[in-house]
Amino acid sequence: MVSVLLKNGRLIDPATGRDETADILIREGRIEKVGQSVSTSGKIEVKDLKGKIIAPGFIDMHVHLREPGFEHKETILTGCQSAAAGGFTAVCCMPNTNPAIDDASVIRFIQEKGKSALGGLVDIYPVAAVTKERKGETLAPMAELSEAGAIAFSDDGDPVHDSEIMRRALEYANMFKKPIIQHAQEMSMTRGGVMNEGFVSTGLGLPGMPGVAEDIVVSRDIFLVEYTKTQYHVAHMSTAGCLELVRGAKERKMQVSCEVTPHHFVLTDEKVRGYDTNTKMNPPLRTKEDVEAMKEGLRDGTIDVIATDHAPHSYDEKQVEYQHAPFGIVGLETAIGLSITELVMKKIISLNQLIEKFSVNPRRILHLPDIRIEAGSPANLTIIDPSIEWTVDPQQFKSKSKNTPFGGFRLTGKSVGVINNNQAYWSA
Amino acid sequence: MAGVQLQSKHVLGLDGMPREDIQLILDTAVSFREILDRPIKKVPPLQGKTIANMFFESSTRTRLSFELAERRLSADVLGFQSLGSSVSKGETLKDTARNIEAMKVDMVVIRHSASGAPHYLAQVIQGSVINAGDGSHEHPTQALLDMYTLREKFGKLEGLRICIVGDISHSRVALSNIYGLTAMGAKVSVCGPATMIPKEIERLNVQVFHRIDEVIEHVDALNVLRIQLERDAGRLFPSIREYHQYYGITKQRLDKATTPITIMHPGPINRDVELSADVADSEHSLILQQVLNGVAIRMAVLYLLSARN
Ligand SMILES: [Zn+2]
Repeated sequence: MVSVLLKNGRLIDPATGRDETADILIREGRIEKVGQSVSTSGKIEVKDLKGKIIAPGFIDMHVHLREPGFEHKETILTGCQSAAAGGFTAVCCMPNTNPAIDDASVIRFIQEKGKSALGGLVDIYPVAAVTKERKGETLAPMAELSEAGAIAFSDDGDPVHDSEIMRRALEYANMFKKPIIQHAQEMSMTRGGVMNEGFVSTGLGLPGMPGVAEDIVVSRDIFLVEYTKTQYHVAHMSTAGCLELVRGAKERKMQVSCEVTPHHFVLTDEKVRGYDTNTKMNPPLRTKEDVEAMKEGLRDGTIDVIATDHAPHSYDEKQVEYQHAPFGIVGLETAIGLSITELVMKKIISLNQLIEKFSVNPRRILHLPDIRIEAGSPANLTIIDPSIEWTVDPQQFKSKSKNTPFGGFRLTGKSVGVINNNQAYWSA
Repeated sequence: MAGVQLQSKHVLGLDGMPREDIQLILDTAVSFREILDRPIKKVPPLQGKTIANMFFESSTRTRLSFELAERRLSADVLGFQSLGSSVSKGETLKDTARNIEAMKVDMVVIRHSASGAPHYLAQVIQGSVINAGDGSHEHPTQALLDMYTLREKFGKLEGLRICIVGDISHSRVALSNIYGLTAMGAKVSVCGPATMIPKEIERLNVQVFHRIDEVIEHVDALNVLRIQLERDAGRLFPSIREYHQYYGITKQRLDKATTPITIMHPGPINRDVELSADVADSEHSLILQQVLNGVAIRMAVLYLLSARN
């Protein structure tokens, strides 16, 4: 039961157009009053949020919760703890579990687990597989999955490779207004690849994955989306070329959107020197030009969403030769800090834009209702200290896995708490 | 005069190795090379030291060369050969290394199919690590012996014009030679089909050629790489026949040069593929000197690392 009076916070709510210092009275998880100098009779906890931002709850639309199947990396519970600690009240979980999310029973399993984790504080929206077992061969039962609660469809981890399957998936999913989320990778060009192909891979003698392998798939998909008049979302975009393609699609008023991960707008492939396996992810870290393009895309709005591609792997799994290490890093607990440090502090985007990319835009892409911070609405809030300075210590992560290249980074800005579904989580 | 001690605890590659260190290794190898001509070829500096040779990938020549160098220096030698990845056998490289180290090993020589494996090893064990070839990355002792052999022949490396011919993309020999030779002031070029030249290699101060005949007029030596027949034919070049026709080093081709061109090859040679027999066995070929110098270079590296610890 969350009953609390939030005092003196800066309320930024793009849905209602609000940006002001205000008090918010929450009783039993519902917003009772928003305004200046709200006082209350009776005993209620009061939190002074002077200097903090109160925003609609953040959603990370690209998370690997690993359960069922890979519970040694992450569980739904630890994933939710990580999300809450990172400032998220909702996550979309990707279907590359074991079994894959290609059956309604798996969706129900995840929903049940999610409701019992932290009292249901974090909403979990499963992304179901496009194809059976994510094999890319035959369509998964998308209508049934949709009805069971699939928020979108993706074979993430792998691309939907076959053009005919992709076309039919777009058409079919569009009947229930669900986007297809594509992990764009032309597999025939990336076999054996472990990092971006370029000067650094040449110098390190590591097999490369060229950026053009990503562009090719997005390019094909945009043709298909235009032809079928459907909805499409590019997962973890990483190349300047890809950004250009999405920009063009948007100019033609297509229902095309995209997300970028913090690591793709913060790090370049130079970080791979030294062979730290926590710099190995897919898509890989790209060049400085790509990173600059990602920032420009965030600034001009071509990039709608910041999502983490939170991909936990156990310590031992990453303690191997670079070429043998699994792809992926955790991201939930560093996303806000990295974004404020690298985007807001450097005046690439405003705090308001940051909130749009973490809350408003992903929810619209996923056709979730806007969160409104006003009397009568359920409290679904992310509270941020935008000026706190801290050092990333992976051992402090709530996630079961600590695989991050950001250990030791000095960041500005952090979530201090989240409220959702009549539950609250306050960071110490 | 070169320094008296190596700056690095490990020899993982020539990328970033200071010029003085390269110089020191080459100079030290001279005295070991002399020892190899003596009737009694064994010297005591590594007496009581234990060296583990961890070969995760088959390589008879490099392994024998290291073993011989170690025995010539009176070290105790621990051999370990495991083909393919250790991971596939359920034991990680880290575990294998830790186990070997628990046996109180002073130095580890590692050959591995994964680029960066020696660098990883250097982080998890106490002793010195010598890279005997990692994936498509580096093979520093091979490049050092190539440089030694060139210096022996030409008296210097500065200003020397060397072209590396073949599959540059998948060659640890090429990359180490590029790093080492450019550090020593040589002019390095590479020549091969465009499909075998890695991206942006020019940024390593290397000139790129695709036709052998364009190269031949402008070089002092060719370092000819071994072609991986099974792996690459049909994918990176159409056929062995075509490769030999356009990139094979033949006497006929070399005869076009006004001054004789020195030929090197890291071995083993695919005769009449990348190198014709008459070239491999000609007076301008340094291939057998390379083999002997390899032992001296490895002795120098082992000796210097041991002296440092
Ligand atoms: Zn993905």
